[in-house]
Amino acid sequence: MARLHEYQAKALLRDRGLPAPPGQAVSTADEARAVADQLGGRVVLKVQAWITGRAAKGGIQFADTPNEAHDKAAQLLEMRFGNFPVREVLVERAIEIKHELFVSVAIDDAAQAPVLLLDAQGGSGIEDRADSVHRLPIDVRTGVDASAIRDVLGESPIDAGLHDDLVAAIQTIVDLARETEARSLEVNPLVTTKEDRVVAVDCRMTIDDYAVFRHPELGIEIARELDHPATELERIAYDIEQADHRGTFYFAQLPTDDAESSRGLIGFHGAGGGGSMMSMDAVTSVGFTLANFCDTSGNPSAAKVYRAARIILGQPNLVGYFGSGSGVASQEQFHSAYGLAKAFCELNLSIPAVIRLGGNSEDRAVEILEAACAELPGQVEGYKKDDTPSSIAQRFAELVDDAGGRTWSPQPRRVPDYVGKTYSFSISGGAVWIDHDQCDPQTTALVVEHSSGLLKDADGKPVLAVSADEIQNKDSELIALEIECRRADHPVVFVDLPIKGIDTSPHI
Amino acid sequence: MSIIIDQTKRILIQGITGREGRARTKLMREFGTNVVAGCTPGKGGQDVQGAPVFDSVAEAIAEVGDVDISVIFVPARLVKDATIEAIEAGIRLLVLVPDRVPLWDTMEIAAVAKDHGACFVGPNTLGVLSPGKAVVGMIGGRADAARQWFNEPKPGRTVGVISRSGGMTSSCGYYLSRAGAGISTLVHVGGDSVIGLPIPDVAAMFQDDPQTNAIVLFGEIGGSQEERLAQAIVDGTITKPVIAYIGGAAAKEGTRFSHAGAIIEHGRGTHAAKVSALREAGATVVDSFSDLPQTTLDVLTKLQIAAS
Repeated sequence: MARLHEYQAKALLRDRGLPAPPGQAVSTADEARAVADQLGGRVVLKVQAWITGRAAKGGIQFADTPNEAHDKAAQLLEMRFGNFPVREVLVERAIEIKHELFVSVAIDDAAQAPVLLLDAQGGSGIEDRADSVHRLPIDVRTGVDASAIRDVLGESPIDAGLHDDLVAAIQTIVDLARETEARSLEVNPLVTTKEDRVVAVDCRMTIDDYAVFRHPELGIEIARELDHPATELERIAYDIEQADHRGTFYFAQLPTDDAESSRGLIGFHGAGGGGSMMSMDAVTSVGFTLANFCDTSGNPSAAKVYRAARIILGQPNLVGYFGSGSGVASQEQFHSAYGLAKAFCELNLSIPAVIRLGGNSEDRAVEILEAACAELPGQVEGYKKDDTPSSIAQRFAELVDDAGGRTWSPQPRRVPDYVGKTYSFSISGGAVWIDHDQCDPQTTALVVEHSSGLLKDADGKPVLAVSADEIQNKDSELIALEIECRRADHPVVFVDLPIKGIDTSPHI
Repeated sequence: MSIIIDQTKRILIQGITGREGRARTKLMREFGTNVVAGCTPGKGGQDVQGAPVFDSVAEAIAEVGDVDISVIFVPARLVKDATIEAIEAGIRLLVLVPDRVPLWDTMEIAAVAKDHGACFVGPNTLGVLSPGKAVVGMIGGRADAARQWFNEPKPGRTVGVISRSGGMTSSCGYYLSRAGAGISTLVHVGGDSVIGLPIPDVAAMFQDDPQTNAIVLFGEIGGSQEERLAQAIVDGTITKPVIAYIGGAAAKEGTRFSHAGAIIEHGRGTHAAKVSALREAGATVVDSFSDLPQTTLDVLTKLQIAAS
């Protein structure tokens, strides 16, 4: 995740010389007791979850004995905040605070620069005292000016003898944000203790998703901003995106608490960030709850769209599949149509799907999708740029009503019998199988004709016509070939694109 | 008139020999953009769609003369160096197409641009298109589609379009054209949280453009651009009618929705806050995107009646 937990962020501050209270993150109540015993005295236990107002929600507890720490940790580890199950609790020595400061490095989009937010009053009610927070400019190349920090401290009631240590601590925080390319880094509070030490009592930190590749030292597994730890499907989706950078692929699961009181849970497949949001708004306004957010855009390959559809349909209890983007896509839309058709056919889609494929080559895209999916138990309809999002959302609601409450359960994909037994060549992320036994001269001619020049007729059978390297990223053409053969009633080509974590296949 | 781009502007393409650079150079030239040169380090001497390729921006300028705008198609992690190279070579307007440019790189570009008096559109922009004149970036995908989709300006019925979403830039242009409006310029400001030429700045350009009668906005959750536009309306610097749709009513806090900029954090940048700021300032905000074209036409008609 591009968000770090409190204990991870504190470790980074400690490495740079700014102490945090001694302590350790634990995932069981027994460990909590052991840590409390080792620390001695009163301890604080804090859930490690990306939520605001943690104390008010009961996520922070104090314990005077190791046994009390055990019991409190057990309670905290049972908690769940929305989508976020608590898996770790930070156990720290409780400290006696003399003075609190609010220190935050944020991005000022208007100034196109980072900014240091500093309040020498500190405390947890900072949102209510926004006016008393000082905004000090940070130069992206040189950091923050120490004298500006001194001026703020000079107006505070903090003992002047501590100002040097505080300036150093605040500069450490700013420099950590710069080094790690944080989108936000908040230490609230930074405190002075009864012993006149400067300590970071809390720290939350988010790294810029797009810079994570430059910071392997942070051990960030998924460079994606979510409000919960990544789910299994999100991890699978992320791996797919990392393996194939052609176009954008973004998948996130959403809280579904209100699904029961709504018209039903739906799989959502957008195209383009803004178009996806606009389409989400259109379909939620007719009463559905989204199981997920998904965006495939920026001229994605058919394989990417296919995999996205498979992942969306990896979610249970869906009443329908709704796809819509900006409606006027610059990309050629038939690649998406082929990718969707392949996924729907392999899974034998049994719930209604409405897909708005408006944009370049939309006529061809809609024709491909509808014809390829005509035999499926679920009704599949394609729409174009002159169909408004609200009208197709309405049409989708009608189809869901007609389906009479049928819901989707994730299915294994249907793989033809000839896979594993016939002519084959590998492509990036999978393989192509051609059923040579069923290839009479007529069928071979059909296959070669629809192969975009990638296959040739060799002794009456279709075989690879280009090099093994050249075929690697031709998934769009090959998926088109598979669908066209199926439409012509000669289903002799299968593009085998197993998804790690969902499918079992010897080719993963 | 139009803003930012027209057929007289001299354009350089950085990263012209890459997959995207090549494809989009074709679109730009076919649409009427005056692409005078390209550059890719190590590929000097080649030719892409009739544009000569140079190893560096400085070499290109020495050879073909001054350049008004550089359009950048290099991989995201190289955008900072490419942009700073162009700024230091004297180019004052940059269009940064790539997605996934690291945020601190963008802020460093912004600092260098300020030092040199340069400005930039993007990053993560589909570009800027003035119908009947020229396009920088990739709006429309194909020149024939772009010509067919977007009306040229019409006296008294012309809008300038500002969007935070690339796809919705085309979408707004298409639906407004179909409803009968003319378009002065379509501007995709970029989907990132920090961008060079934000919504209020583009609105100020449309304010100064005599041909633009009204401003259409596709906004999104996250950031402060829409609120700052509302403030500019309140301050009286934007007086032309603004018709807006804000995407993301259904979005939940704390999750990013594709665009790096489309995230609600600490309760800031919510859909409700943006809609109410714009409405209180006097802008027309539609709740359903499907209503945007007709509402815009209604505003233009009222404006014409008021003028006559």
